[in-house]
Amino acid sequence: MSQRRSLLPGFGLSLGVTVFTVSLLVLIPLVALVTKSAELSLGELWHTLADRRVLAAFRVSFSTAFAAAFFNLFLGLIVAWVLVRYPLPLKRAWDSLIDLPFALPTAVAGIVLTTLYSPNGWLGQFFAELGIRVAFTPLGITIALIFIGLPFVVRTVEPVLQDLDRQQEEASTSLGASRWQTFRRVLLPPLVPALLTGFSLAFARGLGEYGSVIFIAGNMPMKSEIVPLLIVTKLEQYNYPGATVIALASLVVAFVMLLIINGLQQWTRQRTGRD
Amino acid sequence: MSTTQNILRPAPRTGTAPTESIPWVRYALSALALLIIALFLILPLVAVLFEAFREGVGAYVDAITDPYTGHAILLTLITALTCVPLNTLFGIAAAWCIARFQFPGRSLLTTLIDLPFSVSPVIAGLVFILIFGSQGWFGGWFAAHGFPIIFALPGIVLATMFVTLPFVARELIPLMQEQGSEQEEASIMLGASAWRMFWTITLPRIKWGLLYGVILCNARAMGEFGAVSVVSGHIRGATNTLPLHVEILYNEYQFSAAFAVATLLAGLAIVTLIIKSIVEWRQQRQWENASS
Repeated sequence: MSQRRSLLPGFGLSLGVTVFTVSLLVLIPLVALVTKSAELSLGELWHTLADRRVLAAFRVSFSTAFAAAFFNLFLGLIVAWVLVRYPLPLKRAWDSLIDLPFALPTAVAGIVLTTLYSPNGWLGQFFAELGIRVAFTPLGITIALIFIGLPFVVRTVEPVLQDLDRQQEEASTSLGASRWQTFRRVLLPPLVPALLTGFSLAFARGLGEYGSVIFIAGNMPMKSEIVPLLIVTKLEQYNYPGATVIALASLVVAFVMLLIINGLQQWTRQRTGRD
Repeated sequence: MSTTQNILRPAPRTGTAPTESIPWVRYALSALALLIIALFLILPLVAVLFEAFREGVGAYVDAITDPYTGHAILLTLITALTCVPLNTLFGIAAAWCIARFQFPGRSLLTTLIDLPFSVSPVIAGLVFILIFGSQGWFGGWFAAHGFPIIFALPGIVLATMFVTLPFVARELIPLMQEQGSEQEEASIMLGASAWRMFWTITLPRIKWGLLYGVILCNARAMGEFGAVSVVSGHIRGATNTLPLHVEILYNEYQFSAAFAVATLLAGLAIVTLIIKSIVEWRQQRQWENASS
């Protein structure tokens, strides 16, 4: 690829097909979302978004998506570390299984997690003995989002772990650093950008996730109702402007969050001096 | 950590550095990782099978052979057979113009292709209601001409195409950028037609990446729930795909039947994962052969 005129054929055709499809499926729909929202006056906009039920749904969605992505940082790092560094029987099989949450339809994940974590389910009964309700609470939503988000962290951390130069670890240990110091000073810095990427991918997915959550959430307004469900509820009441405004607001907020995380990532990259 | 270095030297996958082999740490971490995999990934799969057969093989067979289930399977297959080929062609076209040419707006186009990944499936369904719904921009016109889009098959196909749009393109763009265009340029200079160049040079080199994108696209197309749920209207025997059928059965407290139908989708997921690891393995081999 260079600045000179390309010899290769098919530019017009491929660009035409691409632009046409992207316009039809992505661009026009997004414009529709914005213009439909713009039909509302500022007062109506405020009235829709400042509603207590809407604010509560945003709170539930953000806190559960954040908690799940945060928890996945640890689970994902442990799984990626073991899969890359340690000899394990059937390693290929375990490694392929990591992608299950990508491949399993979300409705199936939703009903099976609800069954497992309901008070008399295989896992829920242990929580019930401790007096903890998982299904039909925000804790249940968090568990579903941990399931959905796990591969994002594992898959972004794995390649970085594979590329790490082990001589640095050996040098650090032979110079007398403890294992913890080696982990903190040598291993962790290059992993931080990848961990942040995994976190933001899992977080973004968690904010929008619908199928795997609605079964386990219980969907009680003010308590365990997520933003995507609220959009569906408004649609079912034929409140299209309401649904549109909430959808646009959640898109905007999600993009702002991702911008902040991307900025943070740039900053850590510059600080650790890696690409 | 430059890309060229990665190409020349595939990262070693096994073996341990002498410094990290304190046995108890290794065993504890391995056990913890396997526990995470068992609790979060294997147990749900086992539970799907267990619940599906809870009321016996007869009930399972009844649920699978129910006419409504049959119709849902048919609709899911039609949707996937429409969306996957179209998105495959789109992915090849998008990767060709983005990876092989420089033009203004290239990175904007790439961002727009990636966008469906970061949009909630519910919003993906909502936007098509805004355009084609009864109160939407074009909805009235299409409905008046006997071709309703929302609460009908075209809406399901549109919503599915939106959520699966990035899969093939995202797989091919980095692959083709890394491969470079020298061989294709050589074939054109030697007088090959565009068609011949594509079939003899481009396609053989991207086939594994393409297959990878296609199976992921297919899995998502068959399993999509949120976007399809919003546009389908849940009309049983008419606009009910397999994942929606699972939801309806579950909400009617027909748990065994819901899980029986869910085994079909879980089976799809397992087959997808198996094909995916075979493709990954072939891709790696093709890559090693090329670099040695």
